[in-house]
Amino acid sequence: MLRFIIRRIVVIIPMLFIVVSLTWGLIRLAPGNFYTGEKKLTPAIEKNLREKYGLNRPWYVQYGKVLWNIARFDFGNSLKYEGQSVNQILFRGLPVSATLGLSAYLLALFVGITTGTLAALKQNSWIDYASMVLAMIGISIPNFVLGPLLVLIFALNLFWLPPALWNGFPSKSIVLPALTLSAIYIAYIARLTRSGMLEVMRSDYIRTARAKGLSETQVVFRHALRGGLLPVVSFSGPALAFLITGTVVVERVFALPGLGNYFINACFNRDEPLIIGIVAFIAVTVLGFNLLVDISYGFIDPRIRY
Amino acid sequence: MEDEKPSLAPLETGSDPPNRRIGPEYACGEEDIGGEVLAGTSLWRDAWRRLLKNKLAVLGMVIVIAIVIAALIGPSVIKRATGSAYDFIPKDQALTKSFPPFRGPDGKFSWTHPMGTDNAGRDILARVLSGGQISLMVALIATLVSLLIGVSYGATAGYLGGRIDDLMMRVVDVLYSLPYVIIVIVLLALLPAKTPTGQLAQLFLALGAVSWLTMARIVRGQVMSLKNQEFILAARATGVSTPKIIFRHLIPNTLGPVIVYATLTVPTVMLSEAFLSFLGLGVRPPRVSWGSLAAEGAQSLAIYPWQLIFPGLTMALMLFSLNFLGDGLRDALDPQMRKE
Repeated sequence: MLRFIIRRIVVIIPMLFIVVSLTWGLIRLAPGNFYTGEKKLTPAIEKNLREKYGLNRPWYVQYGKVLWNIARFDFGNSLKYEGQSVNQILFRGLPVSATLGLSAYLLALFVGITTGTLAALKQNSWIDYASMVLAMIGISIPNFVLGPLLVLIFALNLFWLPPALWNGFPSKSIVLPALTLSAIYIAYIARLTRSGMLEVMRSDYIRTARAKGLSETQVVFRHALRGGLLPVVSFSGPALAFLITGTVVVERVFALPGLGNYFINACFNRDEPLIIGIVAFIAVTVLGFNLLVDISYGFIDPRIRY
Repeated sequence: MEDEKPSLAPLETGSDPPNRRIGPEYACGEEDIGGEVLAGTSLWRDAWRRLLKNKLAVLGMVIVIAIVIAALIGPSVIKRATGSAYDFIPKDQALTKSFPPFRGPDGKFSWTHPMGTDNAGRDILARVLSGGQISLMVALIATLVSLLIGVSYGATAGYLGGRIDDLMMRVVDVLYSLPYVIIVIVLLALLPAKTPTGQLAQLFLALGAVSWLTMARIVRGQVMSLKNQEFILAARATGVSTPKIIFRHLIPNTLGPVIVYATLTVPTVMLSEAFLSFLGLGVRPPRVSWGSLAAEGAQSLAIYPWQLIFPGLTMALMLFSLNFLGDGLRDALDPQMRKE
């Protein structure tokens, strides 16, 4: 187990290297620069700018500096948000995105697993059909359509919730963004739980559990859910990647000051240190999360050994 | 179901070995016997019958076909009928503003703009239909790109096996765990194409290049189970070259799962395109797509909600139908993969 974990952690380093190099290469290969804008700069100013940001040095020196920065987790200063370091921006945006993502995912787990289990236990009943059609709707409505629609209904017509505001976790302001973000996960998790539970409920160990006289509640909660939820657990890995994409949109729709919003702006501004900082950060998070998911298999399903 | 004969016929599309569930050893089942073709139910006819039994999938198919036809011929019909087009801005100043659905400039009922108009007075129905053309085209071509990469990559890795397979699948694993959208955003934001056509081409490539991973895994798995069967051995023994074995003998036999997965890729890619266009990175003006229309609509949501609602719901309806059709196809073509 420990060897497995160490091996996986070691693999993260070259992967991070690939992502960062790819991003850096893209930024450098793209024509133009962060200072190319509407105004044409005089050669003197341009020369000074290039000197100040070290752009006049050979490419391998600059590239080495980027890698060195990542190694000690200090990405330097942002080019567009003057006087702010990338780390400051990261730590300002992260709590917003993390709070949003986590509350959305927890909501999705709760609603999705409940619905999926109910649908599986009452297979082919109206509950089953209704929840599966609803799940398909959840998968099909893009979050950038759902978000504005929810705003239109609950903020602009009913005046129950604020349309765009951020007050942190226990507040009215998180309801609409979290709901928008979680819709697709509720749908996926409900479908995964349903198919997982259907399969498990037919397996031999459930028959054994019933045969030794356990109550149906015990069979479902103690035995079936553990195996039936495995697909949901493995979905949690890719889900995080989805979650990051989702937060980019939701943060834009609701104008939240999260990492996704900073990231899009940084891309449009060609703010190299900020782009690289956020990409590296997201990559580490995704890779680390995948590892956590793999480790958690062993705890949930006793049949899996490393 | 009881009356169905076991299907013995090979794929209708190729002369090579029959579908993989039956295995090549029965390939003689539909050979000409005394000049008479034995009528068996093919995999495809079987699948078609199963698909027709699935009401939701049939509904999905009807809606998909309806939307595709509407997007293809709708814009020219509208142009004939009312003179509107997706980029047609009325000359009259009084008309260059957003009217609600079914309302004329005098505020009375009118058939001219069933979905209303946008801020510049352009007909939203025409824009939704023209946007549909672009969205459908991007989704189709990007899916084809991903098919091309995924199938050849997966088949090569699966057939060669050993170290090369290890290495190739490791690459897929690495790419899998990357936040690909992040890379696509960087790519599209930093390399804005000069022409609208170049922009579209970039979008096809970017979306296709990131959506082939699952396809590669599926094809690899299929190929690995196929490659030790006798018909491949026979091909090898008769000296067929490796690329030819992969592309002529192995890939045609993986077609079932590939088609199923491709139908499920279309909505995903369509959603990605809309997502990128919504962020201002995909389809750019004057071209429109469902995503860019939704983005425009979201900006004036409070006053002109119809600008978001119509493109948004059209797209949701399309995705909904495509997903049901894809699920139905999966159940029909591959009963073993079916999740009850």
